[in-house]
Amino acid sequence: MSDQAFVRSEIIEEQTPPLTAFGLVGWLKSNLFSNWFNAILTFISLYFIWYVLSGVLPWIFLSVWNAGSLSECREIATATWGDSHGHACWAVIKDRWIQLLFGFYPSELYWRPILAFVLLLISLAPVLYTSVPKKIFYLTAVYPFILPWLMWGGSVWAYVSALLGFVLGYAIVRYTSEIVGQLGAVILSVIGAIVWWLYIGPLLLSQGVGAILPLALEPVISRDFGGFMLALLIGVVAIGCSLPIGIVLALGRQSDLLILKTISVWFIEFIRGVPLITLLFVASTLLNIFMPPGTNFDIILRVMIMVTLFASAYMAEVIRGGLAALPRGQFEGADSLGLNYWQSQRLIIMPQALKISIPGIVSTFIGVFKDTTLVSIIGLMDPLGLSQGIRANAEWNGIYWELFAFIAFLFFIVCFSMSRYSMYLERKLQTDNR
Amino acid sequence: MSDLAIDREVDRSQMQVSDEEAIQITEMNKWFGTFHVLRDINLTVNKGERIVVCGPSGSGKSTLIRCINALEEHQRGQIIVDGTVLSSDLKNVDKIRSEVGMVFQHFNLFPHLTILENCTLAPIWVRKTPKKEAEETAMHFLEKVKIPEQALKYPGQLSGGQQQRVAIARSLCMRPRIMLFDEPTSALDPEMIKEVLDTMIELAQDGMTMLCVTHEMGFARQVANRVIFMDQGQIVEQNEPEEFFNNPQSDRTKLFLSQILGH
Ligand SMILES: Nc1ncnc2c1ncn2[C@@H]1O[C@H](COP(=O)(O)OP(=O)(O)OP(=O)(O)O)[C@@H](O)[C@H]1O
Ligand SMILES: [Mg+2]
Repeated sequence: MSDQAFVRSEIIEEQTPPLTAFGLVGWLKSNLFSNWFNAILTFISLYFIWYVLSGVLPWIFLSVWNAGSLSECREIATATWGDSHGHACWAVIKDRWIQLLFGFYPSELYWRPILAFVLLLISLAPVLYTSVPKKIFYLTAVYPFILPWLMWGGSVWAYVSALLGFVLGYAIVRYTSEIVGQLGAVILSVIGAIVWWLYIGPLLLSQGVGAILPLALEPVISRDFGGFMLALLIGVVAIGCSLPIGIVLALGRQSDLLILKTISVWFIEFIRGVPLITLLFVASTLLNIFMPPGTNFDIILRVMIMVTLFASAYMAEVIRGGLAALPRGQFEGADSLGLNYWQSQRLIIMPQALKISIPGIVSTFIGVFKDTTLVSIIGLMDPLGLSQGIRANAEWNGIYWELFAFIAFLFFIVCFSMSRYSMYLERKLQTDNR
Repeated sequence: MSDLAIDREVDRSQMQVSDEEAIQITEMNKWFGTFHVLRDINLTVNKGERIVVCGPSGSGKSTLIRCINALEEHQRGQIIVDGTVLSSDLKNVDKIRSEVGMVFQHFNLFPHLTILENCTLAPIWVRKTPKKEAEETAMHFLEKVKIPEQALKYPGQLSGGQQQRVAIARSLCMRPRIMLFDEPTSALDPEMIKEVLDTMIELAQDGMTMLCVTHEMGFARQVANRVIFMDQGQIVEQNEPEEFFNNPQSDRTKLFLSQILGH
């Protein structure tokens, strides 16, 4: 007993940890050379990294920026380094980057897509970050109407009329649902909005006010759209629309209403079962057959609809996964407090289901954005389509890697930003201390 | 399933049973598919009553009280809650749910909202209470369950007992006339059981009508005015607590009590 008793008589001073536990040496030892097998793997990896970089870095940096053609590039490279291989010819990018960005959009109107892009960033800010003033949401609300006006031009009144149709529909729901019930109000508002769009709006605004105050931008036809701008345009619309449509489809698929459920299931399964290219071909050729002759249904609009539908089907399944992951108790907790269906969906279920689905949702966004390059197959001038056009020129015949590298770089910036943002969002929404 | 003795005096002076009916269930039957879970349930609960429901696992206790606020649908018979007949009409359902508070075994707090937001959500959206007023009410009830200092935390940061007390406060914020409890303490450690039971006792002392599925027999003895024993979807026996525990009539009740009290 007594030899187990112990009283400390002096306090031990704080000491620095041994050298191997911290600092560069400690880090190297614990992470790269912890045993002989790891050491061998480290050396093999280092060799591999060196091998790749020693090929790629000189190609990127020992390169030709000023030349009028590929052959001139090669001459310069040979004169400088004694070898025309292994040196990028960035001159083609320097020559054609504007075209790769804007396609054949009239150059004196470049300010319009640029302004649209800047406004996009501003109106996204309050959606992405909570610290941004909420007033900007007004811009976000009207942005869907500013975007097409800036891009395609034409009279502003057509877009104002479209916007007012939505406002009218909302107002009808807002003020009549007390009187005629929710379903009645929705039906009324749809009828009201359609009547407005077809008859009153055009008459009042496009012809009435439009005649007095002809506020119009010079129209640009869809065939001139192209480049990265086109990819962004289709991507933004598809991403922006697929999330709400996907939520509705996911809820429809979970619904107790048999008809709604059947429609949602079949829509999702059909769209997911068909390759996007097929849908795009349908958009570019088949749809015209069903249209009455003479109708002009814009090709970009058709493509946007198809890409959006395609993305929505995937989105619906991603969100359904999030819904399925929620414990039943959440639904019951919401029900037991007397929240109605839409309130509990909006306040309890969706915030959690969407949060669980963030990685899947962003993957779908990124996938859709990259899939926009497929539109080159039906003849739209997306960056890949343009790169073919550039190669068709005598000066740049045979140039591949530089163009693809540049396009890949543009896509990478956008996709990587989305991915980083989703990681930020996940961290921010982490409220359970797991 | 312990006979946790409650070491406090229970003041029964406020626990007045009125002769107004709070819940009236007549000839109620429910099936899950072809499985007959609830058979001919007849039960009248008057305002101010504290009823404890017990019975073996799978006997339909949860299903019974979930029928009362329409979390489960019954197929035959009638349920009248606070004068409102429970039918499949969604308007009545939401009305009844907002008058009847429910506390679950697993709390079912909303993990993406703070404690305060959990408590103010339903008053703001269902009762259309102004936010400020809802927050004052919420703080009042959080003080009542003794955790006002946790108001700005998230449920995941609280202990089980604290979460269950928040769940009780969340229900109280709707100012319900009736409270339903479905095994509120059976997911908790012993020392947390006590704090939740204390909260429930205080609620009873304030005169709340309570229907409580629990195996806390100490609570039943001290607080309940009636104990109901269910087995195989039927009410087998009901009586005052003293009579129920000391002088059970049916064999099944005796068997159940001997198992649960460990004699
Ligand atoms: N959603 C459901 N579908 C089918 N059967 C169900 C469902 N919910 C419960 N049951 C069955 O109904 C019976 C009664 O269930 P209930 O949950 O009411 O029992 P309980 O008395 O609360 O039991 P416990 O003490 O275990 O909570 C059980 O046999 C159970 O398997
Ligand atoms: Mg149960």
